Amino acid sequence: MSVSINARSEGHVFEGGFANPVMDSQAVFRRVMNALAQPGTIADLAGFVTPPAPMSQAAAAILLTLADYDTPVWFEKPENNDDAIGWMSFHTGAPRTADVLRAGFAVLEKASPVSAWASFPIGTSDYPDRSATLLLPVESLVGGQPLTLTGPGIETQTVIAPSGLPEGFVAVMAENRAAYPLGLDVVLVCGGEAIALPRTTRIEEF
Amino acid sequence: MTLPEYNFAYLDEQTKRMIRRAILKGIAIPGYQVPFASREMPMPYGWGTGGVQVTAAILGPDDVLKVIDQGADDTTNAVSIRAFFAKTANVATTTKTADATVIQTRHRIPEAPLSAGQVIVYQVPIPEPLRFLEPRETETRVMHGLEEYGLIHVKLYEDIAQHGHIATTYAYPVKVEDRYVMDPSPIPKFDNPKMNGSPALQLFGAGREKRIYALPPFTHVVSLDFEDHPFQVQKFKQPCALCNATGVYLDEVVTDDRGGRMYVCSDTDHCETRRQDGHHGTGLPIAGQETVKEDAA
Repeated sequence: MSVSINARSEGHVFEGGFANPVMDSQAVFRRVMNALAQPGTIADLAGFVTPPAPMSQAAAAILLTLADYDTPVWFEKPENNDDAIGWMSFHTGAPRTADVLRAGFAVLEKASPVSAWASFPIGTSDYPDRSATLLLPVESLVGGQPLTLTGPGIETQTVIAPSGLPEGFVAVMAENRAAYPLGLDVVLVCGGEAIALPRTTRIEEF
Repeated sequence: MTLPEYNFAYLDEQTKRMIRRAILKGIAIPGYQVPFASREMPMPYGWGTGGVQVTAAILGPDDVLKVIDQGADDTTNAVSIRAFFAKTANVATTTKTADATVIQTRHRIPEAPLSAGQVIVYQVPIPEPLRFLEPRETETRVMHGLEEYGLIHVKLYEDIAQHGHIATTYAYPVKVEDRYVMDPSPIPKFDNPKMNGSPALQLFGAGREKRIYALPPFTHVVSLDFEDHPFQVQKFKQPCALCNATGVYLDEVVTDDRGGRMYVCSDTDHCETRRQDGHHGTGLPIAGQETVKEDAA
């Protein structure tokens, strides 16, 4: 798809990127790296970028840090994300793909139906890294039903309580864990905050 | 005239993004070697081009960088890489393990325990633990995919058959999270136990071989062995001649041409810190006392 940045798309497609792309992307990357290395910790990614709605600051900061022409980005509801797609394309050069199998990153909707997640690339046994990273918006990263996390990056166990997770999330993540080393890496995003859940993390209801 | 300036930390931003994505995949799949588009660096292969690229991709202006080569802060490789990042990223550098946020290492893990929040970056020459057993990359990929690691046990068994014990002393293979067999880089097997459950994030970069891999904090890392030949680390008969430390990895230093040698800590920072704390080895001159024996000839 060619991105049409026309008169209809206003300044907000061009504005709101990193003020200092070199230092800001480094700062966001380190926070994302630490979040992935310590699943369950909440990474503060607020204030780096101002994306068009409905994209969250956290999802936008992650895309601007990691996406480029090598990583097609798939949107669950492109029709709701015209401005966000234009903004992402302008700031990263990453192509928006309609082909779920090419997705390097997937921008999901709140309460995304997990049954559809089976179509994302999970890598192959030779190259388990050729898999998609899902950016999943939730209502809040706290205040929901507690979930216990164990696995690499976690000394004993850690508890998270995001609210607004899709129905069947725990079950689909258990399947994801069972497919290790293949699998999806999921980042829960809400506003300017994110929790990373790599494929190694075991998620259980409290 | 002003000299042309490099981007922060030398690498261009697209290269950093590519390396950063590889690092994240590596963290998500501990022990799996993620291919990456390794760049030419202004130093030869074998001098830590992989480690340097990983460090360049993670380094920020607030980081404090320590670089060691075989445990030493003052060898050519360590000094050059430290100066490289001091120049291209203007980061603070240190030789103190505890003060560093990022430690790039060639073939040692510091004696002082690493702490949460620290990142240690290993320079890796041959990332594939199966490479000398199976030269074809296509085959080793399948072997990792199928978790087919019999061959590496045979290799360790042949050690026992030939020498009576597992004679592999460095680059001793480990199994990560009960899944991937990984090359810990040519650290002495003495350091292998420090990898297990470390609170620090461990990243590995192999520049020539174009691979990045990682161990998140608190990852299970088990050195391969047999029930009747359990994994053992090197033991040293004497303490460090300079700081009297025991339970550390020692270097042999030849002191004359008549067979004289002394054994000193390979970790120079650990040794210096201990000496500052008042520890005193048998090879160290005592202040105010003439110990240097001049040759009559």
